[in-house]
Amino acid sequence: MTDTAWIDAALTSARPQAIGALLRYFRNLDTAEEAFQNASLRALKSWPQNGPPRDPAGWLIMVGRNVAIDDIRRGRRQQPLPEDDQAISDTDDVEDALAERLDGSHYRDDILRLLFICCHPDLPATQQIALALRIVSGLTVKQIARAFLVSEAAMEQRITRAKARVADASVPFETPGAVERSERLSAVAAMIYLIFNEGYSASGETAEIRSPLCEEAIRLARLLLRLFQSEAEIMGLTALLLLQHARAAARFDADGAVILLDDQDRSLWNQKMIAEGLALIDKAMRHRRSGPYQVQAAIAALHARAEKPEDTDWTQIDLLYGALEIMQPSPVVTLNRAVAVSKVRGPQAALQMIEPLAPRLSNYFHFFGVRGAFLMQLGRNEEARVAFDRAIALAHTSAEAAHIRMHLDRLMRDSQPRGKKAGK
Amino acid sequence: MPHPMLYAILCYHDEDFTGSWTKEQDAAVMQKLAVVQDKLAKQGRLGPVARLLPTTSATTLRKDDPPIVLDGPFAETKEQLLGFYIVDCKNLDEALDVARDLGAANPGGAYEIRPVGLLNPGGLAT
Repeated sequence: MTDTAWIDAALTSARPQAIGALLRYFRNLDTAEEAFQNASLRALKSWPQNGPPRDPAGWLIMVGRNVAIDDIRRGRRQQPLPEDDQAISDTDDVEDALAERLDGSHYRDDILRLLFICCHPDLPATQQIALALRIVSGLTVKQIARAFLVSEAAMEQRITRAKARVADASVPFETPGAVERSERLSAVAAMIYLIFNEGYSASGETAEIRSPLCEEAIRLARLLLRLFQSEAEIMGLTALLLLQHARAAARFDADGAVILLDDQDRSLWNQKMIAEGLALIDKAMRHRRSGPYQVQAAIAALHARAEKPEDTDWTQIDLLYGALEIMQPSPVVTLNRAVAVSKVRGPQAALQMIEPLAPRLSNYFHFFGVRGAFLMQLGRNEEARVAFDRAIALAHTSAEAAHIRMHLDRLMRDSQPRGKKAGK
Repeated sequence: MPHPMLYAILCYHDEDFTGSWTKEQDAAVMQKLAVVQDKLAKQGRLGPVARLLPTTSATTLRKDDPPIVLDGPFAETKEQLLGFYIVDCKNLDEALDVARDLGAANPGGAYEIRPVGLLNPGGLAT
């Protein structure tokens, strides 16, 4: 690795902890970010000469804090010094005192707070994600703009707006209580899942550009899990992301078109990610505190465990979706369950299951795709065609339309009567 | 015949740091390590090499009476690493059962149970 490459990796890994601590100290996001930025610049000069410090995050916090305080004292920043600044005079034991304060329990909540600020409920999802990627992950505006397929100027504006909004919203700096901590944790988990889905739901030529979002989400999920090691749902979330991302290399053909699960070359699935995902589910299960991420991860695990599509344990998947319906009732969950039901109990049962969803999913193209498939399997071809046409009309992008068309082509091909055991 | 001396080389690093490597950086490091390993393998001097999954996948069994299962890696500093096993298990529960059996035979201390990501069984010339 070249000099700058290891420094980049060190800065990236220290970033959440360092900015989180600087934020707690200065209570101002801009100041904290700028302090970290200045410390990083000094690191780029100092580390190649002196070698990396034993504790890069501690080094960056210390240097960042000192530089920012200097700026405030010289009047370069219009901001009062933090109240407890007198307690930290410029003496040798400063480092020990600060290191002491940064130690242990603090940094968990620092990082959680930093992540939590990014998912403030006032912020629309896209702003939450952009803010987290900028502040916590340290991606450049240019990188984020590229992943979101918008101009750099537009992304700059989006992030600036998001920052202004969270600056007004006061997030308490005291150590949170158990209930508040767990609320923060689930908000942050949801945001990490959003980041992942931004990358995962991409298709066509954008898939490759956006897949770093999946990797970043996995990094953040692992970080969160390392901080909260006994949280079964965070294990479930991390497992879910790993198991879904494990299929990345098999999900698209050479032209960037989506390859459905049944048609994927399973030898391309990343076995190391699958192993990690399965290990995390095993750990989570021991807690016997189920939750939506764990259930979804368990469903993904059943797909991952099937060497061939026909080995898939659809009965178990049906049961898991049933559990998910109770935890997180949603017509989309029921729609997914119906696919499992069609494999276990046949298309008639599946169709009956989704009929009541029609009013709520009347603008959801997957609903019509799935409905059309069930109808075709039942030989009700005319009704099926109507459903397929409706699905295509509802596609949002050409990639989506192409995906649906392929989906539909396949369903047409597959729904020829074959006298298979599953049917009836 | 002189007994060959075997050495275990245990790998420590900052997981946050190695986890921040890009795929390319990771691959480059593994590539360079492979060169060193290949040389040893050709000389018949390389035993098993394992890359462990991240510590987030670790579970620790404290061999108290009764034993306690904890999430996460072994984090105490007053005990020392004395040895390790590689065991083929269906899942974590089975691995914990093995660890409990071992713990009953040798109480005190702890076992950290960590899934192995990559294993090169190696081939020591004996």
